[in-house]
Amino acid sequence: MIRLLLRDLALAVRAGGGFGLGLAFFLITVVLVPFGVGPEAALLARIAPGMLWIGALLACLLSLDRIFQLDYEDGSLDLLATAPIPMEAVVSVKALAHWLTTGLPLVLAAPVLGVLLHLPGPGYVWLLVSLALGTPALSMIGAFGAALTVGIKRGGLLLSVLVLPLYVPTLIFGTEVARRGAEGLSPTTALALLAGITLAAVALLPFAAAAAIRVNLR
Amino acid sequence: MSIWEYANPRRFMGWTAPLVPVLSVLAGAALAVGLIWGYFFTPDDYRMGATVKIIYIHVPSAMMAINAWVMMLVASLIWIVRRHHVSALAARAAAPVGMAMTVIALLTGAIWGQPMWGTWWAWDPRLTSFLILFLFYLGYIAMWAAIENPDTAADLTSVLCLVGSVFAILSRYAVNFWNQGLHQGASLSLDAEENVADVFWVPLVVSLVGFVLLFLALVLVRTRTEIRARRLHAIGLHERMG
Amino acid sequence: MMPELGKYAPEVLSAYALTLGLIAALVVLTWVRARRVKRALDAAEARRAHG
Repeated sequence: MIRLLLRDLALAVRAGGGFGLGLAFFLITVVLVPFGVGPEAALLARIAPGMLWIGALLACLLSLDRIFQLDYEDGSLDLLATAPIPMEAVVSVKALAHWLTTGLPLVLAAPVLGVLLHLPGPGYVWLLVSLALGTPALSMIGAFGAALTVGIKRGGLLLSVLVLPLYVPTLIFGTEVARRGAEGLSPTTALALLAGITLAAVALLPFAAAAAIRVNLR
Repeated sequence: MSIWEYANPRRFMGWTAPLVPVLSVLAGAALAVGLIWGYFFTPDDYRMGATVKIIYIHVPSAMMAINAWVMMLVASLIWIVRRHHVSALAARAAAPVGMAMTVIALLTGAIWGQPMWGTWWAWDPRLTSFLILFLFYLGYIAMWAAIENPDTAADLTSVLCLVGSVFAILSRYAVNFWNQGLHQGASLSLDAEENVADVFWVPLVVSLVGFVLLFLALVLVRTRTEIRARRLHAIGLHERMG
Repeated sequence: MMPELGKYAPEVLSAYALTLGLIAALVVLTWVRARRVKRALDAAEARRAHG
């Protein structure tokens, strides 16, 4: 399993696997925001947590179809299915690899981009915390979506249509934590709910995703 | 794949055949009575004026939008557990009807909201939840359309429906947490204090029954169509092979 | 005998018109597809029986 994780990580970093691409996309969307809404600092500060969250979410979406697609096409997914590790574990490891290569860089880059959007001082910590807690859920939900659409040619668009509604609760609680943090309110309730969603997603979705993979390999 | 696999659907076709006209007539009658009663023979509300008449379509369509999803969830579970083909096809047949109901609820709500709240749209929890429900319907229908193999499609959409249901409920609570709304609470529950008066209640229930019957009739016809379409597909494969 | 809708007439009428239109569209689409598939299936069954 660790071997699989290392392999996925190596593949993502090496073969132009969209490792830096998600980050670049995140940067560009955030840079585009002031062009869209104007450079007024007070307005930017108010929408900064939400914009950073949406940017991170879209950047995360960008690399989802790679989670299973390549392995499905070259047959290594079939090999993994017959391997002695359960498919649930494979799915979890792949989601973890996706998080390490996409989610984690996004989390670390978010505060830097927060400066561009005039994120208020107390917001940085909470933005970091909310993204760190929320992005694993994004990766896991995304892995489920990718598992559903792996057998479909050009499933990328369908994947987005399926996954984005599933992202709604995570996005709501995530931005709520960041927003309350930025405004100096107590974000603990939202934080607890966000953590709950992430834990539930990580605990339960591997089963659904694995079921979908098995159907697609049939 | 043998055509004989459809023996059970054939029995389904048998017992539902006489049901279709009965349900259709009943649905038409109940809808006509409920809507005509509501439209012509109920007084205006002292607060909302004539717009209260929209309730006879808004509330039933909103309820059917949710009930259709629940029905799809049950049908998906039956497919996963018992692998009844009819069940999977019924879920598929219900989705567009449910989506249409969601659209009706959203549109009539917008039309109603304009004079009452002074806006077509507000990011109110109920409204937002319905918009999200609409997106779920969209994804579900797109998923069915995207997959060639019918059994694979049935399996994957069932899984999607299950997970989607959980997330739809989560979204409902998340949205509640996110914004307190303008929308009034339940208007039909028996114990609520904020209930509608009897003059509105009876035609509303009739109209609701009409929507339920309409939904059943439509789903039945559509399921039968799906069964026929699949048999047609099977015959087509058979002819090309032999 | 049209009921007096007052100043909200456009809202009420458009809501009803939209709903009835959508339901009619749904019914017609369902019905047309049902007929087309049934006809195609009957033709295919006939071909199978004779061929």
